[in-house]
Amino acid sequence: MKAILALEDGNYFEGESFGAEHEAAREGLGGEVCFNTSMTGYQEILTDPSYSGQIVTLTYPEIGNYGINPEDVESKKIQVSGLVVKNCCEYPSNWRADEGRGKHAWSLSEYLKKNNIPGIQGVDTRRLTRILRETGAKNGIIVVGDYNVQAVLAKAKAVPSFTYIDFVKQVTIRTSEGWNEGENKLSFRPIHDKRARYKIAALDYGIKYNILRKLQSQGAEVVRFPADAKTEDILAINPDGIFLSNGPGDPALLDYAVDTIKGLLGVKPIFGICLGHQLLARSLGGATFKLKFGHRGANHPVKDLRTGKVEITSQNHGFAVDPKSLDSKDVEVTHVNLNDQTVAGLRHRTLPAYSVQYHPEASPGPKDSHYLFEEFFAEIEKHASKSVPAEAAGAARAPGAGDSSAARKSAAR
Amino acid sequence: MPKRTDLKKIMLIGSGPIVIGQACEFDYSGTQACKALKEEGYQVVLINSNPATIMTDPGLADATYIEPITWEMCEKIIAKERPDALLPTLGGQTGLNTAVELAKRGILEKYGVEMIGANLEAIEKAESRQQFKVAMEKIGIESARSFVARTIEEAREGRAKIGLPLVVRPAFTMGGAGGGFAYTEEEFERIAASGLSLSPISEILIEESMVGWKEFEMEVMRDKADNVVIICSIENLDAMGIHTGDSITVAPAQTLTDKEYQRMRDASIACIREIGVETGGSNVQFAVNPADGRMIIIEMNPRVSRSSALASKATGFPIAKIAAKLAIGYTLDELLNDITRVTPACFEPTIDYVVTKIPRFTFEKFPQAEPTLGTQMKSVGEAMAIGRSFKESLQKAMRSMEIDRYGLGADGKKEIPDSDLEANLNFRRPGINRVLSVRRGFELGWSLEKVQALSKIDPWFLNQMLDLVRFEKKEFTGKSLDKIPRAILKQAKQWGYSDYQLGFLTKTTEDSVRTHRVAQGIIPVYKTVDTCAAEFKAFTPYHYSTYEEENESIRSPRKKVLIVGGGPNRIGQGIEFDYACCQASFALQEEGYESIMVNSNPETVSTDYDTSDKLYFEPLTREDILNIVELEQPDGIILQFGGQTPLKLAKALEAAKAPIIGTSPTSIDIAEDRKLFAEMVERLGLRQPPNGIATNTEEAVAIAARITYPVLLRPSFVLGGRAMMIVYGEEELRKYMATAVEASAERPVLVDKFLDSAMEVDVDAVSDGKTVVVAGIMQHIEEAGIHSGDSACILPPQDLSPRTLRELERQTIAMARELKVIGLMNVQYAIRDELVYILEVNPRGSRTVPFVSKTIGTQLTKLATKVMIGRTLEDLGFTESKMPPYVAVKESVFPFAKFHGVDTLLSPEMKSTGEVMGIDRNFGKAFAKAQMGAGNTLPKGGKVFISVNERDKEKVVPMARKLNELGFEIMATSGTARVLEANKIPSKVVKKVSEGHPNVGELIGRKEFSLIINTPLGKTSKDDDGVIRKAALLAQIPYTTTLAAAEAAVAAIDALRQGELDICSLQEYYRLAGIPEVKGLVQLPVPA
Repeated sequence: MKAILALEDGNYFEGESFGAEHEAAREGLGGEVCFNTSMTGYQEILTDPSYSGQIVTLTYPEIGNYGINPEDVESKKIQVSGLVVKNCCEYPSNWRADEGRGKHAWSLSEYLKKNNIPGIQGVDTRRLTRILRETGAKNGIIVVGDYNVQAVLAKAKAVPSFTYIDFVKQVTIRTSEGWNEGENKLSFRPIHDKRARYKIAALDYGIKYNILRKLQSQGAEVVRFPADAKTEDILAINPDGIFLSNGPGDPALLDYAVDTIKGLLGVKPIFGICLGHQLLARSLGGATFKLKFGHRGANHPVKDLRTGKVEITSQNHGFAVDPKSLDSKDVEVTHVNLNDQTVAGLRHRTLPAYSVQYHPEASPGPKDSHYLFEEFFAEIEKHASKSVPAEAAGAARAPGAGDSSAARKSAAR
Repeated sequence: MPKRTDLKKIMLIGSGPIVIGQACEFDYSGTQACKALKEEGYQVVLINSNPATIMTDPGLADATYIEPITWEMCEKIIAKERPDALLPTLGGQTGLNTAVELAKRGILEKYGVEMIGANLEAIEKAESRQQFKVAMEKIGIESARSFVARTIEEAREGRAKIGLPLVVRPAFTMGGAGGGFAYTEEEFERIAASGLSLSPISEILIEESMVGWKEFEMEVMRDKADNVVIICSIENLDAMGIHTGDSITVAPAQTLTDKEYQRMRDASIACIREIGVETGGSNVQFAVNPADGRMIIIEMNPRVSRSSALASKATGFPIAKIAAKLAIGYTLDELLNDITRVTPACFEPTIDYVVTKIPRFTFEKFPQAEPTLGTQMKSVGEAMAIGRSFKESLQKAMRSMEIDRYGLGADGKKEIPDSDLEANLNFRRPGINRVLSVRRGFELGWSLEKVQALSKIDPWFLNQMLDLVRFEKKEFTGKSLDKIPRAILKQAKQWGYSDYQLGFLTKTTEDSVRTHRVAQGIIPVYKTVDTCAAEFKAFTPYHYSTYEEENESIRSPRKKVLIVGGGPNRIGQGIEFDYACCQASFALQEEGYESIMVNSNPETVSTDYDTSDKLYFEPLTREDILNIVELEQPDGIILQFGGQTPLKLAKALEAAKAPIIGTSPTSIDIAEDRKLFAEMVERLGLRQPPNGIATNTEEAVAIAARITYPVLLRPSFVLGGRAMMIVYGEEELRKYMATAVEASAERPVLVDKFLDSAMEVDVDAVSDGKTVVVAGIMQHIEEAGIHSGDSACILPPQDLSPRTLRELERQTIAMARELKVIGLMNVQYAIRDELVYILEVNPRGSRTVPFVSKTIGTQLTKLATKVMIGRTLEDLGFTESKMPPYVAVKESVFPFAKFHGVDTLLSPEMKSTGEVMGIDRNFGKAFAKAQMGAGNTLPKGGKVFISVNERDKEKVVPMARKLNELGFEIMATSGTARVLEANKIPSKVVKKVSEGHPNVGELIGRKEFSLIINTPLGKTSKDDDGVIRKAALLAQIPYTTTLAAAEAAVAAIDALRQGELDICSLQEYYRLAGIPEVKGLVQLPVPA
């Protein structure tokens, strides 16, 4: 079946459908079109809630090669609005994909169909990427089946702006719940600390499973909270640390989350990733802005300014923290993206709160930054040893009253 | 951390001659390293015995030593040059081994030379199987279960412990030499014994067999701040069991999930850290069990490797250049990515295309060798192709191979017989070009399961090939071209089908397909290799074609010339031609032209993105070149430097009105066409050996009878002497005609009188159409009848009379004028009784051009290129070639040791893979150096074994006498001994193989002799001859199979005994000869 991808700027790409072909797909499914340069990990990308509302194109041209593996999901379902590739492989080959489904592995197109997500292949994805790189992020629409180009272009123009939609509401958990799944068995030298030494409250703005797996396998009991959870609800379980997750969309729309974080600052050690990082920055008085076309891939070099070392990171974000908006007396930029010098990590100089713009949980992507979880646990430990018994540590504790020495721990790797 | 300022002078060791397992890729890495170090202001001292390299271009280093790569020679260079540091990781296994030797012998310490990049400890940890295994265990990476043996008894013990099948790997050998799989006890005994003898430390590793597992490679880089990045992952299409150099490989890895890929990435990083490679690139190889994902580390190369070159070309990331910069102290984040110019080199390239590399074999040269593959590398070259799908890259790579295929089959070319398919595919004894058998199997209706069970190729790859077969069946069966819908035609082009294939499928011609598809607007676009999948703007114009929407290769308004490269290396066409193409590109840049290179060989300097102004990585076929010509509209196309590959395209390109510059295709035709050529020779009053052209056996017999035996037979239009043979009688001639060639009116066989005992001479000249300058006259050491590419030669000639030299010059000039040569020309002459016979004229750049250029200190290719764009030799200041006050000898290097059971005899069929140069003040020393460089180090004493044929018996006498005087003990077979005795030369008789024990074969095996002189009987070697040569090869004893070479060896031994070999850099030689100094590869005019 034919399919077309049209952009709001009048560019369009004709190809073949390989995903859902239901009524909605024939009408057209819109979103912000973005590209990811990772050569592996399409399944993780598809299921990453941070992509909610986006049509993703993968720059690597052969996609679907290893099929669908039950363990490689980052959420319950496919989160992207549409997938754009050069070639979709109909004959996947991988031992795990086989294991998951008897003799024949799930193919990518079956997976998209099952999830009602449209896919288009045969696209000059490099041309598409170059358009997005040169002219910035664009809205677009995928129409499956018969179409009239002019009509599709008009629909593309009418796709509502990404910046005004709170996608977090769509992907966050409804009520708080626990998590119980270990780390992926395919890790190199996997860590399995089953002691559950700490309790972590994870604010779910669209959290990736691998963050939960990471936290748990390193020795934490994790409780997920909805994005709009109130400070009191969170503190009620008396967590040892607060985790702010990744998630989709513009952080400027999430003042409710910022309010909650403000209440937690200095009370409990906080660690944020991606959207969580942007929200922490906003809680600390900083501003965020939309990048021209974002960072999405598994090869972004980030320098840890504290050690001078470079880590290759997995990234997926369209917004960034404006370093000029941060009060350097309070907030220190700890990591920078070497490709464009944007802020990749920050921490409060005195409060136990820090965050990174990228994905130390990887999945997909390199695991160079796993040390950040260790740092989080070290922070929790330090905080716990200084804190009064848990019951006494209440919301009353004002920001700034925490660890004033703010001794920086050098990267534990 | 900025670069180190405590270092001033850095020494680099090259990899020497091109051999199997060590090819042009180390010229590429060495050249990049020299450029990088010079750019940073360091003085560079270089040793490499291979004159056909760009790295030995004297403008690239401060002191260039073309000397044998031995630790002794290196010590002399170190003592003289006193470098501060040695960079050992860019010259292949040869460079690394030599550096290890220098370190272990305390030479580096003695002269205060620091090893940078990797230290001795790291190298040994990576190279010693046992140390490596222990190191990997320590960091939790699983290795194969294994056992180290130093004796055959220990080896048997290991076999009992692990159980067959097993793999045997000798320590410290290159390209896996001496290793192999053993499925039976007999195989095990043989392979273990050969492995123990070939390992310089007599150590072999016996391992559990992972044959049939998936194989992967990771290219890793590390800097001194411990930043580590992966440059590229590579997946072998051929499963474990075939040496990775002999496997089809694909980048990036295709069948790994992110989880598996990251596990491998983490393990690679842990590996380079544990081994302790401080800075630079390494290659880590893994096997993965396809059934359960179990990952095993196979090995790690602590240096830049063949795969690094491939990874560099596949991603655009210059691994060797960056490795050199990391070695002098930079960190990855301090270096910029050349391609994007704004992002740092500290990142992991991501690509938006698929790269396929296919190895090129030349088993046809060694009919006695079994054409099966194993753990010992046997391929002599490779081609790479880039496409936007695996199918496209595979088909493009297939047509880049120059094996007369136009893609993955579907071209009507001869296939291997269906009865041989299973044997060819079988993973236990795999044959070559297996993907064609996969295709054929599918055509025959074989199931995927069957092909997979036979070949162990991953179903992902098989399905891709099956797709092609299905597509052809469904869309093309019984359809003519005009019935194929545009969408299908476009899909076919996107799947890499050539016009030739589509012509075959629709029963029409390549040309009709081209016209038809162009009319439908199906033309290629060119995408850019940019390291980042278009995330950032790219500044380097490195392109490949595909059939999509957007074209990124924009034609510039500059004057431009397209250079067609040489394609994959094979015997007869190697690095010499790449050297010439690069020089042509440099010359064009000097003249203000935009130089555009097209080539398909990833090992080369010519496919480096900064060699030319623009690079197209494309197959060298008519279709692909015409596509570039149509886009670029160049002012000229240069075909004469890339060897036979571009030359073969001359007619077709001319017919398509492509602007070929230099000598016209018509003149090339005259030189190649026997009849036209004979007419020209007659017109000029010159002399050829009597000859004739036969289109069938009877004609050949008649011609031979007329011109008398022996005769030299060869098919027309060949390079490297394919299927050439000297026959001594009618019976032999009939056999040749029946088996070796298919003579026809279109493809006649040339019959030449073979001039026995004639001296052969090679002449290289350059001509601008008016002035012809004879640049070098080279006297061959082996007599006529041995392929000129296999013969050693001397410049300037030692034994030619002034009269003959003048005559050679006169004839060369006359022919160059007659052929209206613009550019280079090479002539081969035979000289007997002061008479000059013309054997062959090639109006193009020849194999000897780099050797002559290095010797006379003048870049002939640059001159030739400049005259091709209209300059004259006079205004370039080159009107005569002065003979230098030193002697250079070129010697050939052979791959016999890699092919079990082949004879080492030289013949008109070229067999060498590479060459070395020896240069010194006199012939003896220069020859001794050339021999040493070729791994044939001549002895100063000991026992010499002499066995010569009847013809040579009298002639060997003076040599034997000289050897006797030099203190050698002479051993001979009875016939030879009798002649020696009659001439009062004492000798001991050695038993022939048939005469009992100990016989000659056994004595050679025990290394009783230090030198062997053995000339063949002129027939096939079923007898002692063959046994002697094979045994000598195995025992690594220097041997010669011609009397002329023996004579040269005796002169060299004499010179060696008179004093130690000295070293002298090219720059010093040039000063001695008054040759002006040059700096850099491109000498741009200084702005006024």
